[in-house]
Amino acid sequence: MKLQQLSLFLENRPGRLGAPLEAIAKEGINILTLSLADTAQFGILRLIVREWDKAKQVLEDAGWVVNLTEVVAVDVLDRPGGLAEALAVLEGAGLNIEYMYAFSLRRGDKAILIFRFEDPDRAIDVLLEKGLHVVDGDELLSVVSG
Amino acid sequence: MAAQIHEAHRQTEHRIWDPDAETLPREDIEALQLERLRELVTRVARVPFYRDHFAHREIGPHSIRSLADVRRLPLTTKDDLRRQHPFGFLAVPRKALARIHGSSGTTGRPTFVAYTARDLETWSNLCARFLVAGGLRPEHTAQVAFGYGLFTGGFGLHYGIERVGAAIIPAAAGNTRRQIEIMRDLDPEVLICTPSYALTIADSARELGIDPRSLPIRFGHFGGEPWTEDMRREIEDQLDIAAFNNYGLSEIIGPGVSGECPERTGMHIQEDHFLVECLDPETLEPVPEGEPGELVITTLTREAMPLIRYRTRDIARLYREPCACGRRTTRMSRVTGRTDDMLIIRGLNVFPSQIEEALLRVEGTTPHYLIEVSRPGTLDEVHVKVEIRPEIFSDRMDRMQTLCERISREINTVAGIRAHVDLVEPRSIERFVGKAKRVLDRRDLGE
Repeated sequence: MKLQQLSLFLENRPGRLGAPLEAIAKEGINILTLSLADTAQFGILRLIVREWDKAKQVLEDAGWVVNLTEVVAVDVLDRPGGLAEALAVLEGAGLNIEYMYAFSLRRGDKAILIFRFEDPDRAIDVLLEKGLHVVDGDELLSVVSG
Repeated sequence: MAAQIHEAHRQTEHRIWDPDAETLPREDIEALQLERLRELVTRVARVPFYRDHFAHREIGPHSIRSLADVRRLPLTTKDDLRRQHPFGFLAVPRKALARIHGSSGTTGRPTFVAYTARDLETWSNLCARFLVAGGLRPEHTAQVAFGYGLFTGGFGLHYGIERVGAAIIPAAAGNTRRQIEIMRDLDPEVLICTPSYALTIADSARELGIDPRSLPIRFGHFGGEPWTEDMRREIEDQLDIAAFNNYGLSEIIGPGVSGECPERTGMHIQEDHFLVECLDPETLEPVPEGEPGELVITTLTREAMPLIRYRTRDIARLYREPCACGRRTTRMSRVTGRTDDMLIIRGLNVFPSQIEEALLRVEGTTPHYLIEVSRPGTLDEVHVKVEIRPEIFSDRMDRMQTLCERISREINTVAGIRAHVDLVEPRSIERFVGKAKRVLDRRDLGE
């Protein structure tokens, strides 16, 4: 149920974001979603891609430092308070969220969010137990292609 | 207007603190140096480093027939001092010490320098000499914005001012706003600090809406770091003062080795206490007069820790023709470079190896790093660029920021400076075949 997320270190200066994206595009790898965290000096680019292992290889061969992290995709109702309810569940279970970002596509009346948990396995158990929907890799791909 | 300011120093009336010593005719200076050098050779025989060397080569006072014979004596390096840490170079019993100062070393621990009561007395007089040459009078008040501590700057100048009989405000380094408040409250005529700090004070005054030229300071004695004639003009323009240069290093005594008179055609070396050679750093042969070379200094009168032919690593020129001020001593130019990789950052000595040592404490940050030094405004800035590697990279921003902070803290612990840590992409730092270039100094400190 977990997804593999690639993270890349980038210096925060013009043109640095384009280069890794081009490198994986050349290999025909599609980016499902991404997020960028940055300081004035550097940034961390996080990517969810179809063929993460191939993308990782391509990026590493091109000289980037790439880190692989397991994240969890959860869909929540796309209406006011939808996310707050999901967060209340996580908070209630004492789950630490390191960071999160929204998926770029919606599915019907649901929005998909990507969570980086300290303990992803326990997070999945809690989410399922509380009746939240965890989106796995295949499902995510079908959303994108669908 | 500008020309007027630049002539400000000419209004400094010539006065000599110790005319007997400072205006000795050349031949008398040299006779005194020779006599003291012979006596020194006897005295340093108590130091094992010199005793062994002398015994091996059958050197004694008889070996010194002229000043040129100083070249028969061994050179002393900072490494030699470090190998004898802390007190292998003491020429007096430990109980005879009156003071211990220190300078930063490449390993993060200071090299200690010891003084007897008489050394402190000498030091006070030497500082008084250049202070008086550069305008200090007993009726003045001087604000000392140098650090007081192991660093020799604060105490050396303090004792010099006290000796002259002027009033001291021991403001110490830092807290620039407070420095300005003190100046406005107490009207000191004299400012003592590093040249870059003088410019910081001017900047800070402007930020407070105060015209730096309206501050009461009339002249300043600046040292502790290399500076240029351009910087002198800046300081004099911005603060409307006359700025004087002085030179010294803790291993030798601290400030007081040499200083400027109002002619400002070099710094007068206190030759009754120091024998200074100017050597080609490669061949160790003397360079022709007026040519740049490494200053090599023998302390003729130091009691606690006399040094023979100490390699300062400072590059300067020597001028021996008489000065219009009446002193007959040899003058030295500004220090225009180093023969080793030591950096002077805001008056602090920093070796690249100290930064490396700090990085080694944080796994995964070496071997690819670069130290960049610049002076974007008036103060030196250090950026340490570290290439990111898989073992230190995290997808979590908080971990990355903690990493930067940790590196910065280690550098502060080992080298005593605040450095900005810049994480950079892999392979963005130039690779070298052979010895890596670790330092990029963007400051312009030439003549």
